[in-house]
Amino acid sequence: MYVAVKGGERAIENAHAWLAEERRGDPGVAELDVAQIRQQLGLAVNRVMAEGSLYDPDLAALAIKQARGDLIEAIFLIRAYRTTLPRFGASTPVDTGAMACDRRISATFKDLPGGQILGPTFDYTHRLLDFKLAAEGEVPDAPKRDADLADVPHVTGFLNREGLIEEAPQDDTPPPDLTREPLEMPADRALRLQALARADEGFTLGLAYSTQRGYARNHAFVGELRIGSVPVEMEIPELGFAVEIGEITLTECETVNQFKGSKTEPPQFTRGYGLVFGQTERKAISMALVDRALRWEELGEDDQGAPAQDAEFVLYHADNIQATGFLEHIKLPHYVDFQSELELVRKLRREAGAHQVQEAAE
Amino acid sequence: MPQSQTLSGGFADPARQSAHAFRSVMEAMARPGSLHDITGAEPPASLSVATGAVLLTLCDTDTPVHLAGDADCATVRDWIAFHTGAPFCGPADCMFALGTWQALAPLSAFPTGTAQYPDRSATMIVEVPQLSASGATLTGPGIKDNASLSLPETRAFRDNHALFPLGLDFIFTSGSRLAALPRSTEVR
Amino acid sequence: MKDGFDQNAPRKSWMGLLAKAPEGRAAALLDGAMARPSFTWLRAPEIGTTMVRARAGGTGTSFNLGEVTVTRCALTLEGGPVGHAYIRGRRKADAEAAALIDALMQTDRAGVLQAEVLDRLHAEAAAAKADRAGKAAATKVDFFTMVRGED
Repeated sequence: MYVAVKGGERAIENAHAWLAEERRGDPGVAELDVAQIRQQLGLAVNRVMAEGSLYDPDLAALAIKQARGDLIEAIFLIRAYRTTLPRFGASTPVDTGAMACDRRISATFKDLPGGQILGPTFDYTHRLLDFKLAAEGEVPDAPKRDADLADVPHVTGFLNREGLIEEAPQDDTPPPDLTREPLEMPADRALRLQALARADEGFTLGLAYSTQRGYARNHAFVGELRIGSVPVEMEIPELGFAVEIGEITLTECETVNQFKGSKTEPPQFTRGYGLVFGQTERKAISMALVDRALRWEELGEDDQGAPAQDAEFVLYHADNIQATGFLEHIKLPHYVDFQSELELVRKLRREAGAHQVQEAAE
Repeated sequence: MPQSQTLSGGFADPARQSAHAFRSVMEAMARPGSLHDITGAEPPASLSVATGAVLLTLCDTDTPVHLAGDADCATVRDWIAFHTGAPFCGPADCMFALGTWQALAPLSAFPTGTAQYPDRSATMIVEVPQLSASGATLTGPGIKDNASLSLPETRAFRDNHALFPLGLDFIFTSGSRLAALPRSTEVR
Repeated sequence: MKDGFDQNAPRKSWMGLLAKAPEGRAAALLDGAMARPSFTWLRAPEIGTTMVRARAGGTGTSFNLGEVTVTRCALTLEGGPVGHAYIRGRRKADAEAAALIDALMQTDRAGVLQAEVLDRLHAEAAAAKADRAGKAAATKVDFFTMVRGED
């Protein structure tokens, strides 16, 4: 039973007007512009691009401003905008080996060729609030040193040469795309990686942490973490060859995992992989750990019943826009549904009452 | 210059013209047998104006296209590639197929969908010499009483209808004219 | 059209350079070098996306990472040369400038544009890259092994 109702337009309009006023805040304080958000809240912008699954820093900054800093709301805006754009095609797979690295570290090899490059990291800060930032001030230029511009090789390549780590053979099958076909189980690794790359950072982090604490433990080391820019190349059908369309910043994490061997595989190191838009290393490391946990079946490991091993559980609950859409809809009017519940309870009570009257009469 | 021929002839005002063309295709599908004029595209000479507009409106990089017979030539391929980005494929993998009725045979080569996803089936764009509201009798959803359409034959469409909810959908084009025959229509 | 790889290499190179130029830069250099010729749109600038693909483990199975916004256009100069542009971001004016330069590079103006636009873009890109790499190099760690423990 549906009931058509009318009204509330004025209340909604007024709510929107108040929202706009609250978004602006005290007019005595200078308004934030989109460029400031893009430049000075870059890591928030990166998260919105990664989970919005659309690389465009200006749009992500605008979404953050519109969403008053609510990053999931901003991601929602980006996802919605994305659906209005035609897709021109797909890039050739990006070559992260050719990355111009801002940061490149390994927890497994200290003397790796190309060196450990810390980059602009929080890692060695003391996590003490810096009250100097509360005041305006100029920042001195970062120091520079002569740089070798050659490509830096992947760390896993060294282990590969000894045959101590599983290979990742090239496979050019066109990958499935969960933005085009509904996500179905079983999901192959390409589909899992796509889902994880756009998954909620908090959810992915929690799952990754659970594997470290013993739920499907797989002894991960960060073989390599690199952040930097890579060119994106796309085949142009009307030209008949591929051209570079620009550069994007990516964070890549490869874990090296202890593996005692299984019925199908010899003892060796195995790999987990994380790749995320922007400088987003917590997410990339989390993604690599969860990717590795989800690979239990293809590596012949036991199903320990851990949440991070359950592809259906992980992939169907990792998308924060799906999750928030379903969660938040329950606050919206459900009067009609509830009306039928009310009717049912009243009817049951009437019947129970009639029964009692009848019993009393007998 | 041959390049300009394949690179021109798209919608001059894509937002409006594709919306109009989409409306025409939708009306044609919703009212099987009804005739519609559809313009705005200038495809290579071997394709009708209506076919060009249908391709510009419905095809993109996610819709593999099969070209049958004479439609499979470099000029047509280049035009479709530039204006829609659609990839080309064999009959079994296509979402759209384009050709004359003779060139598209046998229809059994085309996907008719799956029980879970009946929409994963091919839409056939059939170039016909002429198109008029006479000939075979059509009945079914979207048709008040009955309609008539000049179909190349009737048997194939009866067989296709028998597969419902699976099956192929057809768009017939001739010059700037277009009509459609979805799988839900009964043909006598 | 479909020439061998080597024949396309120069065009690939300039199209990539134009796509990677900072906002407004290619247009400014073009306008500094010459008056823009008249042209006809084959495809007016439009904004869309490209799905970025990557490989598991950097080398393995390809997968879809996410999309990137792209602006593209195509135009033709009087006399036939056709210019294309596909550039990251939502930048219609930059796409127009890139397609114009692409078309003009197929004419007798190529020499002027090479010197006034492409060589300068190349130098600026190299300087920006070296600057960033220099900052990264300054954060490179030099380890000294003090004691190697046995546990």
